[in-house]
Amino acid sequence: MMEWTSFWKYLLVMAGVTYLIRMLPLAAIRGRVRSRFLQSFLYYVPYAVLGAMTFPAVFGSTGNLWSAVAGTAAALALGWFGKGLLTVAAVACGVAFLVGLV
Amino acid sequence: MNYRKGLRDGLPIALGYLSVSFAFGIQATMAGLSPLQAVLISFFNVTSAGQLAGLQLMVGGAGLAEMALTQLTINLRYALMSLSLSQKLDNTMTTPHRLLLSFCNTDEVFVVASQQKGKVGKGYLYGLTNGPFAGWVLGTALGALAGGLLPAAVTDALGIAIYGMFIAIVLPPFRHSQEVRVVVLVAVAMSCVMTLVPLFGFISDGFRIILCAIVASALGAWLMPQPVREEAIEEGEALE
Repeated sequence: MMEWTSFWKYLLVMAGVTYLIRMLPLAAIRGRVRSRFLQSFLYYVPYAVLGAMTFPAVFGSTGNLWSAVAGTAAALALGWFGKGLLTVAAVACGVAFLVGLV
Repeated sequence: MNYRKGLRDGLPIALGYLSVSFAFGIQATMAGLSPLQAVLISFFNVTSAGQLAGLQLMVGGAGLAEMALTQLTINLRYALMSLSLSQKLDNTMTTPHRLLLSFCNTDEVFVVASQQKGKVGKGYLYGLTNGPFAGWVLGTALGALAGGLLPAAVTDALGIAIYGMFIAIVLPPFRHSQEVRVVVLVAVAMSCVMTLVPLFGFISDGFRIILCAIVASALGAWLMPQPVREEAIEEGEALE
């Protein structure tokens, strides 16, 4: 069992660093970014983040490459036609579950 | 009304988190933490990769400086996201709300918030973050207390939920905008190369995401700059 005194120290450092990283830019930046380059950069960031977070990590997400590939294919097909987040996530899980059973 | 729309948009994130944090709860108790400790970690950190690394350091008896540095590297991407999100906030987002809501600015919350048309305010953001936060903490508790009860086939399949959500977010703009398509493909290609080529093995997951996001977005901004948005000029307090 993890001893509580050292647990609190670790937790404080962990949570403190993580919070400051998130909080400082939001609390400090009140103005609008004017530079066209920076505006465009920030416009692209979410898409780039999503792409880098999803691939290739998604293929290891179910512990079985084939169930993950099948789930990803289902998600790509539904996403292409603009289905909602919950629908796509649920169908991806369902397909991965079924293929995982095979 | 905004709060309710936020809640609805946050629901798939909450469900995805439930499964991801469930796995974290199991791992934490297996590593020797009590269920309460596992829940406290999730309550105060609300981040997947950082918590997993932190858990390993705790159990391994690492120094506090190493803990701080690891969290900084893995979680630095949030600074980029908070910076990007700061450009979308309306004037209901006063300092206390910024201090509170930044606590829950996760990858998924950020992405969903940035997909909203126009600005976002505190109502929407509280709605959007409440469900995922509850799901994250609840999932950890369930995993820590009852992790052994679910069949592995179910918990395994739930692992893809969060990625299904990512794909659902990115595909419509991917389909309709060539610029977004190029940026996403560059980021995906870089991420795959950095993950699969052993030469880049020393780069942590968090740092890989930062590098890919910065290079792909900078390339996009340089080669395909977006039209300057009007509100940037109307508002007085501009940032140079």
